[in-house]
Amino acid sequence: MSGARTNTLATLRGSIERIESHSDTYRPDRVALGHADADATLQGGLALGAMHEVFAAGRHSAAATGFVTGLMGRAAARRPLVWIRQDFAEIESGALSMSGLAELGLDPRLLVTVRAADVDTALKTAADALACDALGVVVLEVWGEARQLDLVASRKLTLAAQMSGVTGLVLRVAAEPLPSTAETRWIVRAAHSPPSAQPASAWGAPVFDAQLVRNRHGPVGRWIMEWKCDECLFAKPAAVPQPVAAAPAHRPYQTPARARRAS
Amino acid sequence: MPLANARAICPHLTVFDADAAADAKALNDIADWCDRFTPLVALDSPHGLFLDITGCAHLFGGEAVMMRLLCDVLTAQGFAVSAAIAGTSVCARTMTRHVHGRIVRDGEEADAVRPLPVSALGTEDAITRGLRRAGLKTIGDVACRERHEITARFGAGFTSLLEHALGQGDAPISPRKPLPDYIVEKRFAEPIATEGVISVTLSRLAEMLVGAMGQQGKGARRLEACFFRTDGAVRAIAVDTGQPVTRADMIDRLFRERLEALNDPLDPGFGFDLIRLSASRTEIVVQQQRDLDANVHDNDELAALIDRIAARIGGQRVVVHLPQDTHIPERAVLAVSAQHHLAAAAQAAWPARVEEEPPLRPLRLFERPEPIKVPFATVPDGPPHHFTWRRATHAVVRVEGPERIAMEWWRRNGQALTRDYFRVEDEAGLRFWIYRDGLYGSELVTGEGEPAPSNWFVHGLFA
Repeated sequence: MSGARTNTLATLRGSIERIESHSDTYRPDRVALGHADADATLQGGLALGAMHEVFAAGRHSAAATGFVTGLMGRAAARRPLVWIRQDFAEIESGALSMSGLAELGLDPRLLVTVRAADVDTALKTAADALACDALGVVVLEVWGEARQLDLVASRKLTLAAQMSGVTGLVLRVAAEPLPSTAETRWIVRAAHSPPSAQPASAWGAPVFDAQLVRNRHGPVGRWIMEWKCDECLFAKPAAVPQPVAAAPAHRPYQTPARARRAS
Repeated sequence: MPLANARAICPHLTVFDADAAADAKALNDIADWCDRFTPLVALDSPHGLFLDITGCAHLFGGEAVMMRLLCDVLTAQGFAVSAAIAGTSVCARTMTRHVHGRIVRDGEEADAVRPLPVSALGTEDAITRGLRRAGLKTIGDVACRERHEITARFGAGFTSLLEHALGQGDAPISPRKPLPDYIVEKRFAEPIATEGVISVTLSRLAEMLVGAMGQQGKGARRLEACFFRTDGAVRAIAVDTGQPVTRADMIDRLFRERLEALNDPLDPGFGFDLIRLSASRTEIVVQQQRDLDANVHDNDELAALIDRIAARIGGQRVVVHLPQDTHIPERAVLAVSAQHHLAAAAQAAWPARVEEEPPLRPLRLFERPEPIKVPFATVPDGPPHHFTWRRATHAVVRVEGPERIAMEWWRRNGQALTRDYFRVEDEAGLRFWIYRDGLYGSELVTGEGEPAPSNWFVHGLFA
């Protein structure tokens, strides 16, 4: 084969690789959450420049907010944050308190809050904010079912996040998961504070029962995570029995979709 | 004249009730339309308008042409118009009451006004009647008298009015809108109605405005676009920015966001024949070399994003938070507009958290605390065992408290009871911030001095 043809072949291979890069060789920057098992499952941590969804039942809204705040703290890296929420969410589960945010170890000075009147406005604002590469994290808080947040909307947000490198977090309280293009999906519940010597009055750090139900590029799992306010990272709580790992509902990562027939 | 007399003279008279509010609105709309001639338009209620056309007349081909144009359009709309141009506003108004379309040259005010009857001055009826009884029929007659005689009889107010009408001194008019710092506008021979042409015109105007501001090193903080419809309706749309805007594309984008998000979209009707862009508030921009620090760039980007969102959904909906010097939880944080307070919020000093302590304040705080039902507590001022909130009963497993927060007695805000806050966790791991309103036995007493039952509230939720 002549040199020119080899060259052409190499160029073609390169361009094919580039075309396929979104599906196979997708390697986003990741930030470690701090919880060793979760980080191992996520192959290094939370993907930056992608969308992540957090679901919770209505009564666990504060826990889900805390979990989102934790993810935000890990992914933001001292850059400005935008928190977009519906007016309705404030009535249902209270306004995000800046004092509470500071208590969790985040800096309220970095946060800009957008109060959207409805889901459509919130979505449009979120798409705008995700396109602004000066930001660290954009949080979109939507209460209840929202049919506007469909696959198309989710794809738009994902593309915007990939282009700019801004991480998007969607907090959905009292909603059922719909198909989406998010990188990960979590279901969060509140968990008991870690036990201590005086059981009646022990008041611990925030603890979450976080279930990773969807992961585009890896397996799923369920962990009890404690948020360390001082170090600003997630950790395994001391001496809490971990739930027995459920059998993976997904097929293991990187196995072919259809088992090859032995021939 | 009483209505009965009027009917006697003209039997086919149609009678309506006077509607002062509608009249005022119509006058305001006409004033809006008159903005196309000069930015200084003042209301002379109930039926008049002052236009300060200093330096504007030549744009319309001279004073006479301008006045004819204005009167023709208003007459075509069905209004009865009487107009005059003079060196002082009072003189012009006096002229309009008796002559239509008179232009009084500078220095000829006194001659022009003298032959007019005193009623043209438009003072109170009592004064007009008094003058007539004294035999002073025309303004010239009054002007012949000594000033002190007039003042002694009719007051200093009337004397100054008379002097202004005669062109000796002038009362300032108070324009409806402050004069914008920069105005650019585009007039069309044929009205335009399509969205494309409107947006192209706006971007051209933005470039012209930026050029004009750039020469003096200014940037716009408040921009206003006025759309003058051919049928006389005027629509003004304003956009505020957090920091001075010096780029045409940014102005263009802000207006596009704003126009897209309008509740009642811009209605061109039969088309716009004038589009005007004005910078009503400007600031000096210090042009400096961009350094390589990414932070500065990020701040600019963030400010631009906030401006865009604010243009779409309103400036008060994009907020940053400032800490307040108070212990009352609901007042500890003040939400302020991000456009105006971004820099202040970035430098705010928040109270530092206590290391090695779990969170002391909840992550979600209710604007107004929600009442909960507490069946009993082991000790009257202790924490509850159970409570019911939003129809669900929670058994308290862990508790921490009380943290006593006394209200600020120096503020008079009605009932201000001391609150005992408890941080509690229920059997499912949900964490609440609840409080009892009032101190048992000392603040909460019935009329007979017996301790009264206490009210409990949930104020926030911990993560």
